[in-house]
Amino acid sequence: MPENSAGTMTPRRPAGTLYRGREGMWSWVLHRITGVAIFFFLLVHVLDTAMVRVAPEAYNAVISTYQNPIMGLGETALVAAIVFHAFNGIRIILIDLWSKGAKYQRVMFWIVIGLWVVAMLGFAPRHLINVFTHAMGGA
Amino acid sequence: MTLVADAPASGPAPEAPIEAFTVTLIIRRFDPDVDDEPRWQDFDVQMFATDRILDALHKIKWEQDGSLTFRRSCAHGICGSDAMRINGRNRLACKTLIKDLDITKPIYVEAIKGLPLEKDLIVDMDPFFESFRDVQPFLQAASVPPKGKERVQSVAERARFDDTTKCILCAACTSSCPVFWTDGQYFGPAAIVNAHRFIFDSRDDQAQTRLDILNDKEGVWRCRTTFNCTDACPRGIQVTQAIAEVKQAIMRGKP
Repeated sequence: MPENSAGTMTPRRPAGTLYRGREGMWSWVLHRITGVAIFFFLLVHVLDTAMVRVAPEAYNAVISTYQNPIMGLGETALVAAIVFHAFNGIRIILIDLWSKGAKYQRVMFWIVIGLWVVAMLGFAPRHLINVFTHAMGGA
Repeated sequence: MTLVADAPASGPAPEAPIEAFTVTLIIRRFDPDVDDEPRWQDFDVQMFATDRILDALHKIKWEQDGSLTFRRSCAHGICGSDAMRINGRNRLACKTLIKDLDITKPIYVEAIKGLPLEKDLIVDMDPFFESFRDVQPFLQAASVPPKGKERVQSVAERARFDDTTKCILCAACTSSCPVFWTDGQYFGPAAIVNAHRFIFDSRDDQAQTRLDILNDKEGVWRCRTTFNCTDACPRGIQVTQAIAEVKQAIMRGKP
């Protein structure tokens, strides 16, 4: 009769399952994450650039602390975030304003990913070689 | 054995009985009288490939646990009562076939998200219908039709809003929207779809009123184009497209 074996495979995530959205939802999640990350970068960037008004030496001191491989990797992540945010931003503008935008949103998402890969292939190797040759060789 | 009567000889193995599968459903239960928090409970049911999730819920309720609570009325995808989250996506239980799911793994069934959970798979739909009422989803014509005639509309004028007439108010779209989950004040896709249906109706004269209502902080501009609503709609309405058309109408200042 009641064959339900309550409890055998049950206890996980009492809060409910993660909603299984598709490209549209994940592009929005990425857009939000990259957007917030870029905001915090800009906040710091405005502050460090403002140091030049305090004293050129202060500015140089701050900028020189950035000259290490960890910040170099951070710059790669920053460019990755900005490139995605920029291309996906164009996609969102097209969805809102182009009459066929909603219809082609999925194709446009994969175009965004493709453009992102191309841009990163152009940027990342060159940048990382720079970062690590300076770090190893000493500039 | 009596089933073979009229099967043609070329048919694939006509004597084989229709195969039944043991399907495991993991249902998110909540009884407000007993539980502080929802809990998962699993049930094994014998199902055919052509059965629907609603049939599985019926079988559980009728044969295993009569306390399982869910809404359903027509059971044929028209009344919009049985929207629920099946394997993480909003679907109508009466339109989701067992054969379209991967039954080697358990099937997760839970209530739709973003509306207050009342019991098991039932949520309080009042906030949803409140948003629907707020967009004035009824014809408001200032003109009087020709005596003894109806208001004439061309085929093209009717086609303009055909897609959004299909809505059955099941709330699958609104409760799939990440913006609605965190901001219950947002009108939500369903209300905007039903506003669209009258905004672009050539017989209606209050389009501007509805555009003003939706040009609100909690109106169409909350839409972040995640397309969850379009994917969830059991009627195949291009929901995000409709919302984009309302956005454009607001920017134009006219439908």
